[in-house]
Amino acid sequence: MRARWGGLCGLAGLLASAWVAGCAARMEDNESLTIFAAASLAEVFQAVGEAHRQANPAAEIVFNFAASDQLAQQLLAGSPADLFASADQVQMQIAVDAGLVDVALRRVFARNRMVIVVPSDNPAAIASLADLARPGVRLVLAAPEVPAGHYARLILARASADAAYGPGFEPAVLANVRSLEENVRAVLAKVVLGEADAGIVYLTDALTTGRGEAFAIEIPSGLNAVTEYWIAPLSGGTHPEQAEEFLVTLLSAEGQSILARYGFEPVGP
Amino acid sequence: MADWVVHGRRSRPARANGAGLRDLWRWASLPFVVFLFLPLIALLLRATPERLWETLGTRPVQQAVGLSLRTAAAATGLSIALGTPVAYVLARRRFRLKRLVEALVDLPVVLPPAVAGLALLMAFGRRGLLGGALEALGIPIGFSPTAVVLAQTFVAAPYYVRAAAIGFSQVQAELEQAASIDGASGRQVFLKVTVPLAWHGLVSGAALTWARALGEFGATIIFAGNFPGRTQTMPLAIYLGFQIDLDVALTLAVILGGFSALTLILVRTLLQQEPPAGGS
Repeated sequence: MRARWGGLCGLAGLLASAWVAGCAARMEDNESLTIFAAASLAEVFQAVGEAHRQANPAAEIVFNFAASDQLAQQLLAGSPADLFASADQVQMQIAVDAGLVDVALRRVFARNRMVIVVPSDNPAAIASLADLARPGVRLVLAAPEVPAGHYARLILARASADAAYGPGFEPAVLANVRSLEENVRAVLAKVVLGEADAGIVYLTDALTTGRGEAFAIEIPSGLNAVTEYWIAPLSGGTHPEQAEEFLVTLLSAEGQSILARYGFEPVGP
Repeated sequence: MADWVVHGRRSRPARANGAGLRDLWRWASLPFVVFLFLPLIALLLRATPERLWETLGTRPVQQAVGLSLRTAAAATGLSIALGTPVAYVLARRRFRLKRLVEALVDLPVVLPPAVAGLALLMAFGRRGLLGGALEALGIPIGFSPTAVVLAQTFVAAPYYVRAAAIGFSQVQAELEQAASIDGASGRQVFLKVTVPLAWHGLVSGAALTWARALGEFGATIIFAGNFPGRTQTMPLAIYLGFQIDLDVALTLAVILGGFSALTLILVRTLLQQEPPAGGS
């Protein structure tokens, strides 16, 4: 009997402490600026957030990093946020069309380009874009609705229109696709783990890998997609002034130089 | 005066007291029942039959349904084939590492599916523990329906093993001994005495495994990836379809929910028809 009470007390204690710990973590949310940002912005936005906090010590920022299409759907479903940073115009337009973003307030804050990543030992001996069409290559792309997947397909379509690759290029490459991941970092993870022979990710993603984890192979610039990152304050946001302050930091010389440091192409202050 | 007070307290009729308490229990149960009921009803209301039928005809949906059914069936079969010996040993034998084996069998039930997926990747992935050997043997597991089946089996088999072990342990050993004394071979004892008597446990365990395998998501997306027709099972299609086309997600959700309900009904009717386990 005593053991049973002891067990119950233990369980109650465990639940109570889990609740308290959860509350402590939540305490920040009410006063914080909530930023929904594309998965590929994870490191650079943390850095910009740090710079912003140094200039504005009172600022609290909470990030939600995920594929831009997932973020758009969360916003459509009513998830509260103050800023939305999307990796392509399509997902930002979805937010505009839903009335969540004022079309006049959205702007491009950085650019990027795609590269092919291969594992450190390059098991399929990929040396160029053309090699992706070779039968048997285990290719992983992001799902078509994810900006990275959308850009990858754009590149393949452009290559197929180019005489050097021929119209058979795109179907041959797509036939090699083994998985359509839900965000670009999952693509990178599969490559770094050696599960895939190759993936198409942002240059900046390839730069986040540790030394020797993976290698990047350039895509000819004529075929490459110039990816645009858009950011906009959300009409339903509860911290409009803080959102504007963050945007100022992001678009300032310091913010743009942080972007450049992580491999993004700044748009200039 | 004092007598009356005491008398007054004691004279509250006992029956009214009991009835009041019963109503309290019923009212207290209402929130949870409503909580379970509401989302299911909301799902059915949102998915109209015409949209359901339309989406059912599309290729991605058909691929997801077909793949889910095939892989879940394979996973259930594998669980029964591999799990029955374990269940029997756990029910009948006593050995030194028994508690460890029991804990190991129970682990996938409490393990978060994403953790299971990652662990499977570390073991069977191309650069995993066994991955290299399997590649050399020409058995590529990654990104294939095989990986889906493995993921589903890993998370779902424990349900079968647990239920089967309980079922076997309820079969009285004397019945088995009596049968073998009467001349039945080991196989005959097992098939004709043990299994029929443990039937409840085996069937309900298999049903739970089937349902769990059908609904598996986390381990599948990490270990097997996501590709229509090859590894995109219904739960994956719902999760990703939710981001593109709500109709697709709703249709698959209703189908998947329907399968779960069907399984439950089938198992309950099946088990109700069976006579109770021998001896009890």
